[in-house]
Amino acid sequence: MAQGGIGASVKRKEDARFLQGKGTYTDDVVRPQQAHAVIVRSPHAHAHIRAIRTEAARRSPGVLLVLTGADLAAEKIGNLPTGWQVFNKDGTPMVEPPHAALCAEEVRCVGDQVALVVAETKDQAREAASLVEVDYQDLPAVANIAQAIKAGAPLVWPQAKGNTCYDWHFGDKAATDAAFAKAHRVVSLDLVNNRLIPNAIEPRSAIGEYDRATDDTTLVTTSQNPHLTRLLLAAFSYGIPEHKLRVVAPDVGGGFGSKIYHYPEEFLVVWAARKLSRPVKWTAVRSESFVSDAHGRDHVTHAELALDKDGTFLGLRVRTLANLGAYLSTFAPGIPTWFYATLLAGCYRTPAIYAEVRALFTHTVPVDAYRGAGRPEATYVLERIVDVAAGEMGVDRVELRRRNFIRPDQFPYKTPVALEYDSGDYVATLDLALKKADWAGFEKRRSEAKARGKLRGIGISTYVEACGIAPSAVAGSLGVRAGLYETANVRVHPTGSVTIFTGTHSHGQGHETTYAQLAAEYLGVPLDKVEVSHGDTSKIPFGMGTYGSRSLAVGGSAVVKALEKVIAKGKKIAAHLLEASEGDVDFKDGKFTVKGTDRSKTFGEVALTAYIPHKYPAGLEPGLEETAFYDPKNWTYPAGCHVCEVEIDPETGVTRVVAFTGMDDVGRVVNPMIVEGQVHGGVAQGIGQALLEGAVYDDKGQLLSGSFLGYTVPRALDLPAYAVGTHNTMCTHNPLGSKGVGEVGAIGSPPAVMNAVVDALAHLGVRHLDMPATPERVWRTIRDAKKS
Amino acid sequence: MPAIALEVNGKRVTAEVEARLLLVDFLRERLGLTGTHVGCDTSQCGACTVHVGGRSVKSCTMLAVEADGGSVTTIEGLATNGTLSPMQEAFREYHGLQCGFCTPGMVMSATDLVRQNPGASEAQIREWLEGNLCRCTGYQNIVKAVQAAARAGGR
Repeated sequence: MAQGGIGASVKRKEDARFLQGKGTYTDDVVRPQQAHAVIVRSPHAHAHIRAIRTEAARRSPGVLLVLTGADLAAEKIGNLPTGWQVFNKDGTPMVEPPHAALCAEEVRCVGDQVALVVAETKDQAREAASLVEVDYQDLPAVANIAQAIKAGAPLVWPQAKGNTCYDWHFGDKAATDAAFAKAHRVVSLDLVNNRLIPNAIEPRSAIGEYDRATDDTTLVTTSQNPHLTRLLLAAFSYGIPEHKLRVVAPDVGGGFGSKIYHYPEEFLVVWAARKLSRPVKWTAVRSESFVSDAHGRDHVTHAELALDKDGTFLGLRVRTLANLGAYLSTFAPGIPTWFYATLLAGCYRTPAIYAEVRALFTHTVPVDAYRGAGRPEATYVLERIVDVAAGEMGVDRVELRRRNFIRPDQFPYKTPVALEYDSGDYVATLDLALKKADWAGFEKRRSEAKARGKLRGIGISTYVEACGIAPSAVAGSLGVRAGLYETANVRVHPTGSVTIFTGTHSHGQGHETTYAQLAAEYLGVPLDKVEVSHGDTSKIPFGMGTYGSRSLAVGGSAVVKALEKVIAKGKKIAAHLLEASEGDVDFKDGKFTVKGTDRSKTFGEVALTAYIPHKYPAGLEPGLEETAFYDPKNWTYPAGCHVCEVEIDPETGVTRVVAFTGMDDVGRVVNPMIVEGQVHGGVAQGIGQALLEGAVYDDKGQLLSGSFLGYTVPRALDLPAYAVGTHNTMCTHNPLGSKGVGEVGAIGSPPAVMNAVVDALAHLGVRHLDMPATPERVWRTIRDAKKS
Repeated sequence: MPAIALEVNGKRVTAEVEARLLLVDFLRERLGLTGTHVGCDTSQCGACTVHVGGRSVKSCTMLAVEADGGSVTTIEGLATNGTLSPMQEAFREYHGLQCGFCTPGMVMSATDLVRQNPGASEAQIREWLEGNLCRCTGYQNIVKAVQAAARAGGR
């Protein structure tokens, strides 16, 4: 194996700059003549704008520009599109309201953009923004799902009757009804998947630039997918042609989904920069992030599982209400539908599944994909109801899962909800996780904890996720308005060093290291001779970016395809140099060798020849640079088993995770150190969702959890040490065999934590409690259980 | 405007600043030391942590004028001639960072911890780091890195 190739825990190439403060995040970028933008935001959840008075702001020192929704409407630009169309049960399309970058007549959530103020300095812009007078007429609001579905509720959009964006269904209703009709037992459960606020530690930021001489526009932005942002800005929100628009996403400080979307601020800084012919920068302050970054999750679900007398799953019926917020964010309509209902088979052979999803508008911040996106919601429904079913039938919860698992010899396995799982070994990850977690020895630990006055519980969850999104044609048939392939360009320089250009984007995932390892593996070049370039539409041919655990499975596959093309061309050059036929040349460990001889040329010699083609095959183009587009054939299906142990203090309700074990199947691992780190981070967010995090709006639509004071992002003390490992089966349809790892932790962990919490309280008669299991909620649950 | 004179990363700096200017904005915007990051507006994320007089301080909680006459070290001042400090090296070795945004504050905070308490236990490290938020790593590798740096006797 090449040094630092596939399977090596290479230390990250990007760390040297991050550790010395040399990273370049968007807010670190300073352009000559840069002006500063501040956005005036709505303090109301729902209000009519009677008037906006900007005179005082315009007269304020240093002010260069004040723009409102009226200016935007006059120019007929600035409408932000959604990228996914979902259809109602009756075949009609969803309601798709406009989403203006600045509101002209009505605001629909706290944080809605009302005016843009640009000044010479940040302080001057802030001061002027405080002088913009908006005359609001407060209107009644719907702040949550329960309010939105009430008869006669205020409407977020008049065209969306009952606040319904779409009323969608999926699966075979008749078959599912038939399964329920013959069931020995039906178990039902109502559950809430709590609304989360992503809170990447880097707040969003954007800089617009305009060059009057060339008519070129540049946007520097905190994005997970600069090409997608360019496409949306070019084709929809602005109309600047793509060849005159460059989007750069430099170092980005975490995304977790929240930096996928095309946001109003990206349009606004470009608009202002073109008006002023000066760079214009906007950077969110954290309290602004809370009300302007897309939120995640927010489902209310009723689920029913039908079982026969042996505990075999016969059918699953799910009815979900999903909150989409006030506007449709870029991916939003697809998340509670195609990312959710298709995962309701989980690891199980359930033959009939039917899901109904009604998506609702509310006067809250838009909701979109957040780490896992739809799949954590599906996993939570399934793994909670399986536990409840085990309890009600008096069957061991591990045994019930095992009995219903898709067996290793059943792959490829077609589920009743459209997916075809290619590979997996659910029994193996289950057994390994149980062993690693010492499941068998738990009761002793429970008694020991009881002696200390603590309630200890253990929980398990198993999961499958569909990632590596996605086969473009299939995605298109599901309503996606884009292709979901990935692009790579491998440029071999004359002296044999290599630059890999990728359309994916790294914002913590370590692509600069992992992709370099692919080059080391395939070309035999040392890691320090490989540079990975991402995040700049002027350098990279095209790309769809990083989300849905797709970078290695899809982007890495594109890199491998390009590397293979380089090797194929190199063989032609080497064969000519070695006076052999192309078919007789092997390439291994950085050397082209004539089979069965010691005659060889190094990769470097071949690269040099490609650029100085004095002795060169007739008809072959000089140069050694290859581009590949990879469109996946199927989704990839990471899977696994998570086990969690909690201890609850019954006096205070404080719940602590005391042990967490993960055994995941992520396919081929390139860098085990990075893979483990990805699982840690995902699990941390999953434990956060289960125990600590939750966006809280009051009944009038004010966000009560609008800062780190009110919203608990897990701290070091809140989290345990994790014991995680992998047991991998290979993806059968991409060249690497990799499945993806970014989201597994956030998908598998919340039900494991909640099953442990319920296990700890089961002796009190507790059957279920909703996330987050905060001390207050747990304490009340214990108190109420004791009362009854 | 008040004039201030201080030492930043071993270099003498003088400047006239508005009295309301935060130390973090002085470092980032006046001195171009953008390694110190801003992640919140309630002094909770710790991304802006620097050393003032050798002690870790959230530079968003302090005015630039309060640093007058003092000595400030930022993440840019931790490595010597391109050699990472033991804490920086340990973060690299133990994969204690992913996106890198909280990292400067984490490293500065942890460096101060190890200086004050070289034998810090895992629980003490987790407690000390309560003022530094990381959304990527789940903290385990950060804790491991701090333990390793402490073992190396490093700062």
